[in-house]
Formats: sequence, structure tokens, C-alpha cells
Amino acid sequence: MLKPTENPTNCFLALFEVHMSTSPTKAGEASANVPDAAGRFGDFGGRYVPETLTRALDELTVEYEKAKHDPAFQAELDELLHNYVGRPSPLYHARRLSEECGGAQIWLKREDLNHTGAHKINNTLGQALLTLRMGKKRVIAETGAGQHGVATATACARFGLPCVVYMGSEDVRRQAPNVFSMKLLGAEVRPVESGSRTLRDAINEAMRDWMSSVEDTHYIIGSVVGPHPFPMIVRDFQSVIGRETREQSLERIGRLPDLVVACVGGGSNAAGMFYPFIEDREVELIGIEAGGRSSQPGDHASPLSFGEPGILHGSYSYVMQDEDGQTCDVHSISAGLDYPGVGPEHSYWKATGRVQYTNCRDDEAMKGFDALARCEGILPALESSHAISKAMELAAQRSKAEMVVVCLSGRGDKDANEIARLKVKASS
Amino acid sequence: MSDIDRLFTQLRAENRKAFMPFITAGDPDLEFSASVIRELAARGCSMCEVGIPYSDPIADGPVIQASYTRALDKKIKLAQILEMLAGLKDVSMPRVTMVSYAIIYRHGLERYVAGTKAAGVAGAIVPDLLVEEADELAEICRREDFSLIQLVTPTTPRDRAVRIAESSTGFLYYVSVTGITGERTKLPPSLIENVGWLRQQTDLPICIGFGVSQPEHVKLLAPVCDGLIVGSAIVRRIAEAADRPRAAVLKEVGEYAANLLAALEARPD
Repeated sequence: MLKPTENPTNCFLALFEVHMSTSPTKAGEASANVPDAAGRFGDFGGRYVPETLTRALDELTVEYEKAKHDPAFQAELDELLHNYVGRPSPLYHARRLSEECGGAQIWLKREDLNHTGAHKINNTLGQALLTLRMGKKRVIAETGAGQHGVATATACARFGLPCVVYMGSEDVRRQAPNVFSMKLLGAEVRPVESGSRTLRDAINEAMRDWMSSVEDTHYIIGSVVGPHPFPMIVRDFQSVIGRETREQSLERIGRLPDLVVACVGGGSNAAGMFYPFIEDREVELIGIEAGGRSSQPGDHASPLSFGEPGILHGSYSYVMQDEDGQTCDVHSISAGLDYPGVGPEHSYWKATGRVQYTNCRDDEAMKGFDALARCEGILPALESSHAISKAMELAAQRSKAEMVVVCLSGRGDKDANEIARLKVKASS
Repeated sequence: MSDIDRLFTQLRAENRKAFMPFITAGDPDLEFSASVIRELAARGCSMCEVGIPYSDPIADGPVIQASYTRALDKKIKLAQILEMLAGLKDVSMPRVTMVSYAIIYRHGLERYVAGTKAAGVAGAIVPDLLVEEADELAEICRREDFSLIQLVTPTTPRDRAVRIAESSTGFLYYVSVTGITGERTKLPPSLIENVGWLRQQTDLPICIGFGVSQPEHVKLLAPVCDGLIVGSAIVRRIAEAADRPRAAVLKEVGEYAANLLAALEARPD
């Protein structure tokens, strides 16, 4: 075991060894049968929250297990996904974009065509149904880009639940159209002024609300982050993305894709896309983090690329922390990726080598945005633009016979003003 | 036996209760934190909880959050806090740290315990470490004779509360309210009954915190517990040190503590 040391550098190396040497997580052994009862994906995950929240998390775990095995719950959710969300979302062959890249065939999983314009609604409807099952009367949520906020406000309007959305004030500024939508849908948007005034602070504030309101309120968390059982529940509700993609690939080209690409902030669209492929070892999975301005600390939001395992927002996962354990400020052009942590299952997939993670800079994401707009007539969300950009780069290196699927997690209308502002700034 | 065990053995022998103020280390600076600890000891406080500033404290209300932010804005590091605490070894009032597991994990469990112990700290309260996740740290604390104080809340089921009591050392921290830290005018009516029930389940000292701030609270709660913890009301007063003469603020904090101590000592039994 680690001995106290005067040398902080050695300490952190030793610290890493302690936790990694006892690790049950080994390369090449990624299982779909995670998490365990304690919420562990290999070493990652778990539950690091105040005692006040334990009972609610236990209740949620029990209720979710019941719902999962209740055909009536599944039927109700399926009906909503079909007739309200518009699922299945199309798998679209982006022929002109593929030609432009000159390599593999790029296909887009069109989550941008869902009701509310992103994948987030898959999760919020499922969790709204759980809220009703648990007899809770009020919903809170956090949001970064505002997509999860809109999707939560939508689900709450649909089921008549009062809804409060916490949003960093910096994101309120960057994503004004979504703030307006949430209000139109009857939700109360509470701007968060603490810390970096982004997604991380919105999660802190939602957790604090939940600390006081836990008896009658459900917290619909928007990504595969937080304490157990949230990472599992959100992954499961989002897995409809990967299941459909799998079926559609088999139907359209008679086999599974060679490569699947998705952007990773907290990582919910990527988890939903990747999870159904985890045991299809021939399918390469690549997650794209926000590379921001550079690889310097504070310039990006890529904990899997540049961070280390630690604790944030209730789980053990890769995180951007300083040497004292304080969470670092991060940067991304996209509010939905501007987060210093990542879902614990992504850390598990990284540790096992099942998913490769890389990152895409702000300027590269903008190029991905432009390319998709001009070649295909689709405005992607800035978050999804990161995946588009890297997929174009990867497709260019591969043969025309190969199939690359990109999760187009959301539409870009919400970003139009911010992109206009950035383009003016870049040209001045 | 840690200093905390010795403290409660003595208090119980004298039929007295513990009064434990909380302060944020480094707010407004470490020098003032040291002065406050000395002042609280001189006023007769039993123990001091020293909050280690953290960037993402989800159990804390606006007053303590803001104090953490102020300390972190000054780039105060754990090593400097330990250095400040190490300079207080002549103060007999025991100190414990209130610290996020994110910070303990980052520094290394053994190193955190050894480092704080070497600085004269007797234990740790880790508000985001649940009993299920606490085994590794609890084992190290046992070996080092360092108290690991665990928390029971109004939402904790009773069988679980017993399990937490069995695993906690030093004392058991009973969180008075379902919520975050911060002063309240009224405390929940079920509080006395819940703590009374818990009292029957364990011999471990039980101390009540969150929301406690007024002499009336002290008088009401003292009979059912072994001690009271006051945080935000102290931190709010210390926050004024930034733009007022420090000696005046120090005196005010000391008088506030003395006032609550008097209420604690004035119990009918």
C-alpha cells in the first residue's frame, strides 16, 4: 500500500498504482453485463453522495428494476418513442459528404430528427415515466446546451409535472433559444451563477435542490453521469439509438458497421450508441471529446484524453482535477461538451480498450459543421459537429467499401446565433 | 483512543455536552483561520471542524459554498492548511477536517490520514462517502487511531442508521434536516424523536448539525444529544472579516460562540 511521502509527484504516481494494481478492469474484457449491484463498471462508478440522497437512489434502483421487467412500462415507453418522438430515427447515407472525404461511406444516425431535436428525449420520457411510478410530484434537471432542459420540460409538459431546470448563466447566454423554449413549455429556468457558470455548476445546483426536495422530487439527470443508478438508467434509455442502428445496418447493408463514432461530453449519446455494439468485437467504436482550443489545461474538455480517475458528481471516473483534488475549469465551443467529467462506463470502456477516445478541437468542429451544412443540407448541433469532423477524417483514411456510422445527436438551430458570433469574431 | 474519544469520555464524566463550531480553512486567509481556532478554544469550545475548501460541495448551502470559493480564489492548498493546523499544536481543543472524498482520494487515502494526523487533526468527516464505500478509508483510520465520523440523516432508514452507527468512530453526526447546510429558524419536529431513537441504538456520542444556529436550538437539542455543531452562522460572521477590522470580527465570533455555549451549559439537568 501507499506510504506517506514528502514528494507529491511520487505520491500521485503511487496513488495511481494503488488503485490500478487492485483493478479488476483488464484490457479487452469489456462486458455488457455492467454495472454490478454497487454500480461499478469495473473500477469505475459507484456512489459518492451525501447520505441524504441514499434512500432516493435505492428507491430509484428498485423501481427501475421493476419497470424494466414490466411489459406495460416498456409498451408505454415504446408507444411514446414511436408516436411522440418519431422513432425509429432514420439511418441516412451521407453520399455527398462521403464523396467529399473520398473514403469510407458515412452514414448518419439521425437523432436530430427526434421531437425536440436531439437524443435527450429518449431518456427524459423514460425517467418521467419512472417519476410517475415512484409517485413523485416534481421534477428537476440540469442542462448545458439546453437540449436536456428542453427534453425534460417537454416530458414534464406531456405528463403534467412541474419542472425546474438549472442552467449555468454562461450557457443561458450561449443557448438562448433553448431557454426560451423551456419557458414556453412551462418549465422554470434557474440560472446558476456559481463557479464556471456552466454544466458542472448546473449539476451541483440541481443536486443541492434534490438534497432538500428528495422526498417528493425526482432528479432527471441528463447524461450517463452521477451516482448509481443514474449512469445505468440513462445508458439503457439511450440504448435505443444503438439497437436501431444495429438493426438498420443489417437491413440496409447486410452487416454491422465497421466504425461507429459519437461525441462525448458526459457521454449519453455515445453510451446509447456504443452499448449495443460492446460485444460485437468487429465493430470499432470511437468517442470524440471536446478538444477546445488546445491540449493545455483549461483549454479543452477531454478528461478521457488528458485527465485522471477521481471523484466528481457522485461517481468515480476520469476527471479534470488539479493536484489538490479541485475540479478544473474546462473549455469547449459547445455547451453540451463543456464538462470536466465523463460517465463512468466510458472510463471502463477506455480502461478495457473496447472504445478508443480522441478529441476534436473547436475549429475542427466548426469545419465539420460547415461541411455537413453544405454537402448534405443538415445543420448539426455543435456537439455532434465534433463527431462529424473526426468521422470525416477517419473516413478519408479508409476504403470506400467500409461503413462509418456517426451519431448525429442533435440539430444545430440552437447554435446558429453562437456560430454567427464566433464567425464574426474569427474574421475580425 | 483518538483525541475525540478522550474528549467525549471526559465530557460524559462531567455530564457536559460538546460545542463544535465549523470554520472554512483559508477564509479570508489562513492566518485569520488560526486566530479564530485559538479564539474558539479560549472561549471553551469542545472541538473545531475545519472545512477543507472544495470546488463542488453539493451538501453545502450558499454561505459555506461562498466561503469555499473565496478560499479557492486565493489558491489555498491542502498543504498550506495542514501547515496552519500544525502551528496549533499547543491548542488542546481537538480539530477534525470536514472534507470531500474527491480531495482525500486525490491525495491518497493513507497520505491524507497520515498528513492531517501529523498536523494534529484527530479525525475526518467525509460528507460524500457513504458507509458502503467507506471500508478502505475506515480500515486506514482504525489502524491510525483516527476517527472517521459518519453521518445519519432524516432520510436514512432505521436499519441503515444502525449500520452507520456501528461503522462510525469518534461520534455519530446526525444531520438535523433533509437539505443542505445553512441556518434555519425552525428545525423539524421529528428531530428529537429520531435522535432519541438513535440514542437507544448506540453508545457512540451523537452530535447534531445542519441548521443549528440559535440559543433556542441549543436548549432544545442539548438534552437528547452529546454535542452540537454550528457552521454557517460562524462562517457568515467570519466572512465579514474581509472588510471590517479583524479584531472586532474575532471578538464577535467569540461572543457568538460563548453565547451558545452558555445556552448549552444552562441546561436544567
